[in-house]
Formats: sequence, structure tokens, C-alpha cells
Amino acid sequence: MNAASTNTELLEVLAGQASNQSNLRQEALRVFRQLGLPNNKTEEYKYTPITRVLQKELQLSNLFVTDGSTPAEEKWIIPVQDTYRVVLLNGYFVTDKSFLPSNVTVKPMLQAAEKLHGHIGRYADFKTDAFAAWNTAVWSDGLYLEIPEGIKLDKPLIIYYLHDSTKGQVKSVSRNMLIAGAGSEATIIEKWQSFGNNPVISNTLSEIVLHENAQVNHLVIQHDGLTHIQYLFNQFWQHTKSCLNSHVFTLEGAFIRNNTRVCLDGEHCESHLYGLYLLHNSTLADNHTVVDHRKPNSNSNELYKGILEDQAKGVFNGKIFVRPDAQKTNAFQSNRNILLSDKATINTKPQLEIWADDVKCSHGCTTGQLDEEAIFYLRSRGINHETARAMVLYAFASEVLETITDTSLRTYIDNLVSERLHKNF
Amino acid sequence: MLSIKNLSAQIDGKQILNGINLEVKAGEVHAIMGPNGSGKSTLASVLAGREEFEVTGGEVEYLGKNLLELEPDERAREGVFLAFQYPVEIPGVSTINFMKTAVNQVREHRGQDPLDAVSFLGLMKEKMKLVEIDQSLLNRSLNEGFSGGEKKRNEIFQMAMLEPKLAILDETDSGLDIDALKIVANGVNKLRSKNNAIIVVTHYQRLLNYIVPDFVHVLYKGKIVKSGGKELALELEAKGYDWIKSEAEVV
Repeated sequence: MNAASTNTELLEVLAGQASNQSNLRQEALRVFRQLGLPNNKTEEYKYTPITRVLQKELQLSNLFVTDGSTPAEEKWIIPVQDTYRVVLLNGYFVTDKSFLPSNVTVKPMLQAAEKLHGHIGRYADFKTDAFAAWNTAVWSDGLYLEIPEGIKLDKPLIIYYLHDSTKGQVKSVSRNMLIAGAGSEATIIEKWQSFGNNPVISNTLSEIVLHENAQVNHLVIQHDGLTHIQYLFNQFWQHTKSCLNSHVFTLEGAFIRNNTRVCLDGEHCESHLYGLYLLHNSTLADNHTVVDHRKPNSNSNELYKGILEDQAKGVFNGKIFVRPDAQKTNAFQSNRNILLSDKATINTKPQLEIWADDVKCSHGCTTGQLDEEAIFYLRSRGINHETARAMVLYAFASEVLETITDTSLRTYIDNLVSERLHKNF
Repeated sequence: MLSIKNLSAQIDGKQILNGINLEVKAGEVHAIMGPNGSGKSTLASVLAGREEFEVTGGEVEYLGKNLLELEPDERAREGVFLAFQYPVEIPGVSTINFMKTAVNQVREHRGQDPLDAVSFLGLMKEKMKLVEIDQSLLNRSLNEGFSGGEKKRNEIFQMAMLEPKLAILDETDSGLDIDALKIVANGVNKLRSKNNAIIVVTHYQRLLNYIVPDFVHVLYKGKIVKSGGKELALELEAKGYDWIKSEAEVV
């Protein structure tokens, strides 16, 4: 069997038997087949051989659909105080495990979808990325959340994506739509937890709309097992004077592709994109970001930092578009990496496309080894090598950690990072 | 306390130290002077254990131990302190947290209990006065955005906190105006005692007006070519280094 026919076969397995054939799903399926799975000539997946990994890991006969029993709570609850939560099990909304605020509209996406014609797929482009097309064609369920005008969520909302692969491989495709009404405020966290030794392939796509003056803190925490192959696409859409803080923390997983895209479709918007990836073993994590300035007078600031050891691979691709109308834009981007081993690699690429003339934009990326001069300085004060190393690395990471405003959440993530870096001071 | 015998060292294949001999006893202050490129800072670096330098010969005995066999952090825990010519900026690490870690690792080495937060703060306040350093500076990231004077004061503050037996001050006067110089020198003088020794590496005599040495050594081409009392420094200030160079060439 040659590779091409394997690819097609794999694609058809992923496409599955789409039961609910809305026009959008049919269109997306057509696009999915037309684009095909990415190969080594696909620019956007140049360093991220996702098709090869899926071919290797996905045994087409052994797919498992959940029997509906949720793993015990203590195995997946994260120690963050006072939160709301939504639980999705293998891509399906679990109503009886979810705690939700009463002043917002929350529904399983499957129920909400009927009334969302014209909204789903309106923000997240599925025509250029096969995995976005795949999601749009075959998503099973997800979360629909609408925060009414002026409502401020008093606690963070955590979306737990649980995957139970104890009895077979899991293919999980979920779709969310989050609408932050005018002047509303919310903190939303996405967290994945897999159970079982069989591979999990997940594809999660969220369309997140911030209406005028809305403020959204959005945090992604990827700290899952080495069986998890993950595609994640978060499309943020900002209206006038809205403010977005997006965080992506990647600590563990087999193979991770994140698309984080922000469209600033209003004036006086603020977007802050922060990422921290601490990769070890043979984890691959790819962050593709797009910041699209469409209107004047907005600010965006992006900071992604990575520490890579063992044979880990990192990819960062940051695009900034400043369209002709987007005068007086300030857009900054920075990607900084530390490689701790000779076998770890990072491919980083900033891409700026600026069509307006009165703008301030900058980008920069650095990749280096541990700062030996700093280590020597700390050691010359009596601090042992291990502690000195942890201190320098933690200091590098803390620039991102400090941007988390919620104390309990920051403590939780700080602890994960500290443990990874063997912080003992 | 410190006995250097015929010490040679190189970096990247280039010989910098060519047989240094030096004896330092407790209670003494030694000044190492010399023209640019004579090996002054290399000597300081080798004593502190900087790994880029390769020791090619000779020995260094410190309190009965072979100093050259110890890791840089072991040397520090044994009481060796280097005040850097160019203190390193480390964003994200506050001086306070860094010092707390250092002090407690040194205490652990000495078999002492770690200081709790209150005792540490008390010790810190006491030592801050010595170098007239403000706590707000110490809450900030280590040396990040500090002025030249602030960095050097921070070095002496760290010295005060760690109470070394042997302190090596590498060009601590460089980049300091006269007021900052006095403050730094004053801090060092308060730390002088009959139990510790100080090696002052400097290019100019100026600092030695304030930190008065017991001995002055002139380093040239990696060797000590002349030693004397504090008056030697004044002579060098008046006459420059040329006469030393010609004397050394003759020998």
C-alpha cells in the first residue's frame, strides 16, 4: 500500500460516517477531502508531521466510543479554588458533572447548534486547514456559552476534556462557541486529562467572541499523558474596546498543535497572548498564532517562551497582519527559547504583513543555551549547581507566570512549572 | 589562609598567568595592581573557580584544602567570595530570594539551621545599613537595570550577608563616582576583621585611599613583579607602570 492511499484511507476514517449532514458540515467535509491531510510539503505543517504520527498511532479498527462512565473526580479535578466547570467526556458534554453559573446560557453544543445557523464556522476559517475542516465536518459535541451583557463571572470556568482510552483508542472532536456579551467579564480555562494507555486523538475548536468592552482571560493548560495527540484551534474575535488575555501552557503530551488566532475587528482593543512551553522526552509542541489587526487604534502584545530538553521539538510561528484600515496599531511579538540538550530543537518563524503605514510593530526571537555566566554568579554565592540552574530557568519562565492574574490559578500553574524545573528554593 | 604557589593558567590556549606566588594571612588586606591585560582579573576568576580558565600548573591551598579541586559553589560555602567586576543581571530572580537561598545553603554546609523569614529579614536589614542599600532595590530582579554604583553596592551587601573568610574584590572601584566609592569602601572596611582576609584587585590607587592595604603587589605579564607596602601604590600612581615594565623586562 503506498503512502497516498494510506493517507486517503486515514482521512476517510477521520471523516467517519457523518450522520448530521447540515450544509456547513457537508461543505467542510468537501474542503477536508480537497485539502487532504498535511504532508511534508504543506508549509503550515512543515515541522509538524501530524499525518505521519496519526498513521503510526491510529489503528483503524480499534476505535472506542465511550460507555458514558466518567472517571472518578479526584483523578482529574485541578486544585483551583472556587470554580465553575464543564465536563466533556471523549468529546461529549456530561451534564451531571458540570457546575455552572445561573446567570449565563450554557448548553451542550449539540443542542445549541440548531439555533446557531450562520454562527458556527463564521469566525474560524476551515478552508485552509484540514484539521479545522475536519472539526467543522464531524464535531460530536461541545460547549455553547453565552454571557449576557454586563455579567461578570464571579469564578473561573474550567472546561475539562476527559478522554478515556482504557478500552480502545479515542477519537474526540469537540466544538465550542463562547460569546462574551458587551461589558461582560470571564476567565475560562481549558484542561485535558486522558485515562488509559491507548492513543487519544483530540481535535478541539472554539470560536470565542468578545463583544464591545468585554474582557476575557483564556487559559489553556496542556499537561496530559504521552498518549495524547492533540489539535487545538482557538479563534478569538474582538469587537471594539474588548480586552483579551490568552495563555497557553504546554507541559506534557505526545504531539500538540495549537492554532491561536485573534482577530481585532474593532477599535481600541487590547490583546495579550502569552505562551509557555516546557517540553521534554520526545514531545512535539507547535504553536501557530495569528494576530489580525483589521481596525485602527488597537494594541497587541505577544510573548511566547520555551524551554526544551531531551529530544523535544518545538515550533513557533507567529503571524501579525496589519490591514490597510488598521492605522495607529501597536503590535509586538517576542519568542524566546532555551535549549537544554543537543537533541532538542526549535523552529521559530515570525511573519509580519503590514499594509498600513502609521503603525508600530516589532518582533524578535531568540534561541540559546542556559546562561552559564548567570549560573556561575549564583554558584559563586554558595548555591549548588542544581539550584542555580533551576533558579535561572524558573526566572525565565516567571515572566509568563506573572501575567496570570487569578492567584489560585497562578499558584496551580506555578507549582506545575516549579516541579518540572526541580525548583527547590 | 591562602597560599598560591607557582600558579599558571590559560584561556583558549592563551597563557595568562605565569607562575604566581602569593601568601595571604588572616587579618590582611592585599592589593593586586597592574596594567591592563596583566592577569589581575584572571587571578580573581581562577580563585573563584570560573571554568573557562584552565589551570596549567601550580597549586592553591586555602585553609588546608586544595582550592582548585573544589567546585565554585563549594569554594563559596567554604568562605571564598568574589565581588564581580561586572555583576550579572538575572531577570526574574530577586536579590532577596537569591540571598535567602545562598545564606541557607552556606548555613547548611556549616551545620547551622536555616534562617526563618523573620531572622533572615533581620539579618538583611542589619547588613543593608553597611552599604546604604535600599530594600526596594533588593526586592527587584537581581542587578536588572541597576546603575553601576548600585551593582557594586549589591556585591558588597552580598559579601556582608555571606561573611566570607576570603573576599576577592575584582575592580570594585570601576565605574564608581567618588561618593559611591566611599560608600562601597566604607562597607568593606566595616567587614574587615582579624579573622578574614581581603584581596583587592584594582587598576588605580584611588580605591586604596579608602581601603588601606597591608601589602601591594604588582602583576605584569602574569607574574608578580614587585611587592611592597601601601606606599608602593602611591609610587605607581605618581610614576605609572612603565618603570615596572622596564624593570621586569631587565629581569
